[in-house]
Amino acid sequence: MSAEGEEKLWETKKYDEVRIYKDEEIWNYTDEELANYKCKHDTPLLDQLEEGPWPSFVSDIKQEALHRHKLPEDKLLIPADVCDDLLGQVELSYVEKETHWKHGGIVGVFGYGGGVIGRYSDQQEKFPGVAHFHTLRVNQPASKFYKTDYLRALCDIWEYRGSGLTNMHGSTGDTVLLGTFTEQLEPVFFDLTHDLGVDLGGSGSNLRTPSCCVGKARCEFACYDTQDICYELTMHYQDELHRPAFPYKFKFKFDGCPNCCVASIARSDMSYIGTWKDDIRIDQEAVRAYVAGELKPNAGAFGGRDWGKFDIQKEVIDLCPAGCMEWDGKELKVNNKECVRCMHCINVMPRALRIGTDTGCSILFGAKAPILEGAQMSMLTIPFIRVEKPYDAIKDIVDKVWDWWMEEGKNRERVGELIQRKGVQEFVTKVLGIPAIPQMAKEPRSNPYVFWSEDEVPGGWQRDINEFRKRHPR
Amino acid sequence: MSLGKLGYYNPEKPLENRITDIGPPHYEQFFPPVIKRNYGKWLYHEILEPGVLVHVSETGEKAYTVRVGGARLMSVQHIREICDIADKYCDGYVRWTTRNCVEFITDSEEKAKALKADLDSRKFPKGSYKFPVGGTGCSITNIVHTQGWIHCHTPATDASGIVKSVHDELFDYFKNMTLPAKLRISLACCLNMCGAVHCSDIAILGVHRKPPMIDDEVLAKICEIPLVVAACPLGAIRPAKTEDGRKTVRVNQERCMFCGNCYTMCAAMPLADSEGDGVAILAGGKISNRKSAPKFSKVIIPYIPNEPPRWPKVCETIRHIVEVYAKDARKYERLGEWAERIGWEKFFEKIGIPFTEKSLDDYRLAYDTYRTTTHFKYTEHVWEVAKAVGGV
Repeated sequence: MSAEGEEKLWETKKYDEVRIYKDEEIWNYTDEELANYKCKHDTPLLDQLEEGPWPSFVSDIKQEALHRHKLPEDKLLIPADVCDDLLGQVELSYVEKETHWKHGGIVGVFGYGGGVIGRYSDQQEKFPGVAHFHTLRVNQPASKFYKTDYLRALCDIWEYRGSGLTNMHGSTGDTVLLGTFTEQLEPVFFDLTHDLGVDLGGSGSNLRTPSCCVGKARCEFACYDTQDICYELTMHYQDELHRPAFPYKFKFKFDGCPNCCVASIARSDMSYIGTWKDDIRIDQEAVRAYVAGELKPNAGAFGGRDWGKFDIQKEVIDLCPAGCMEWDGKELKVNNKECVRCMHCINVMPRALRIGTDTGCSILFGAKAPILEGAQMSMLTIPFIRVEKPYDAIKDIVDKVWDWWMEEGKNRERVGELIQRKGVQEFVTKVLGIPAIPQMAKEPRSNPYVFWSEDEVPGGWQRDINEFRKRHPR
Repeated sequence: MSLGKLGYYNPEKPLENRITDIGPPHYEQFFPPVIKRNYGKWLYHEILEPGVLVHVSETGEKAYTVRVGGARLMSVQHIREICDIADKYCDGYVRWTTRNCVEFITDSEEKAKALKADLDSRKFPKGSYKFPVGGTGCSITNIVHTQGWIHCHTPATDASGIVKSVHDELFDYFKNMTLPAKLRISLACCLNMCGAVHCSDIAILGVHRKPPMIDDEVLAKICEIPLVVAACPLGAIRPAKTEDGRKTVRVNQERCMFCGNCYTMCAAMPLADSEGDGVAILAGGKISNRKSAPKFSKVIIPYIPNEPPRWPKVCETIRHIVEVYAKDARKYERLGEWAERIGWEKFFEKIGIPFTEKSLDDYRLAYDTYRTTTHFKYTEHVWEVAKAVGGV
């Protein structure tokens, strides 16, 4: 049983302690049976998606369909032909070019307002196996590292109590369990929390499941510990993650460096992007080795084509957006005061150049997809902040922003839209209580419509028209 | 795990033994030993061959990663096969990337090589690879996507099928690193963009083209009319009454931009339509801050009809864009950087797609996209205008 003190349950726990299926039940079909598997419904259009080199989701669903049919009846709690019926319904969509999933469906687990997406078929007579096809979002471990014991246990739960189909992973990062009946939602949730030590993720107007890049686990560019802060904030804000109290969704994403592998700048209301404030570390020997062709530039990323000899002037110095580098044939010089930390030179020569050692992150706000006011990217708001346990300074910022957004935000208004509606000046100076700085804008405003407040103007706004007329007759 | 219909759950006492708010399992227990030992100590990395990376630590240890692409929709059987492979080569550890690739990490080059050979040998019965190795460096890695007709109630197109078709078409670009820079393709099956494709080199976006229908019979029963009215960003929805006195809404169809937000708010206003729906193609976005700032993707083709099961026009169009870009762009230039350098007029000319009025913005903040300089390049587009005004 998981819970407090058992966060690292799987350091010792084994799949065999909790498994539902025996090995012979799992691999209970032959290659030949699979090759000859005949789906319950004819699916001539989907069958065409079994061809071609890219992994076929249709072949995979058929594999699960066959497997289910060969399992004993008491080893499945939702219909054995859920996968067949899913293929049947999707085939119908391929013929008619319209979806057959009904709108919405309010289902969930007791006490939570998110984590389960209700879904019903509008063709329940034809495809009873997918009459209900609810999805559970399961909070992924940071950076999506898994032990196979854990994954196998998850597979058993989901085959026994659900469709056996998943998304690895959902767009926000959750491990997504795709399709089950209402009556199985609570039992799945109990198994997840009791045996796997994992909770549901976010959906609806909550904090959505935070996600992070691979970070210090396997990347030399990580400027802060993306996994740790992701885990810590996820745990700290469990209530906000499970119980909708916001105007709309809110996302945290943690990118360890400006390469932005988890797309935080495009996809999160509050983007954390690693950066540093000292100098790029240079190994001049290694720079010369790149120039001499002894080291592969770009870590070999361009290896599939002959781009000719590496030319440091053309490929690094001239492409630096800040123009802050020089190469005299022997030594590389970086004017770090002018550097904007774009990562290009470091990406090109990872063995010669390294991020600085005095690191932290930039915090940006407001990214979102187009609905409704148009797509937005996050705005650079806090250029540099240290990212140190227990992250109290960062939590303070989060709390201030949420208080304002929950007070002022309209239904389905993302924080980025609220910033636009109420004005970025209010957000910066009143909500965050920080000074406005040039780093926040691409350029100063070009319109002169400044909203001066009364106390900024000597004498205030209350004036006497008669006094005015004494000086300026009508 | 629990057995039986209700398992550990007792519906009579729903709070009994309920565990809540425990969050995700702690990540550290899932780190392969080589990762745990070298956490935060990595010095540099190198791509040994497409799909195979080595990361070198200051301790001298090396972690070899083999990356495979695949469908985001996975059966438990497929995951179990991944587990078998991970048990055999990686001491029972495996990870997924942000773009839904699977990564197997080992501590020796021999194991990585054997692993790669094993992965490349596994196929589904109809011949598709189960675990194609690739997706590193200047390649096209996994296309991230949404649910489409597999699970969503608002899609204007499918997701898994169109993505599979585009991947088949571009398979060589996944297996090899021949492009001028990395190229990221994403698909969202409606404007809600749960896949947030708006900063991708190439984005495939499901679009509706017919205003919502109104199910007068049920609308007032299942929807909050003020919320529905407020849901329309263009103020095109107003409260109304049917002839027999039922409360409902009416849509000013001329004003509709087909965003579908009304349907999200109200099930009685469906938009989906086999002839109206299809995809738009956007290009030139990026997320990384490398060299130039992150960019939005731009609408370059406003509509291509849905052509299941293989969307040939979408596949052909994207292949063509990739090929022209691969040939014309300079080393390090992302697709959007290339288009900006040559000028978008040249982009349309080189790709050979028409620029229509639909690519001129007429929504909010449109002014930001108007060209307010005399800097332009001469392409056929210029002579079309010159002719139209009698200027040549």
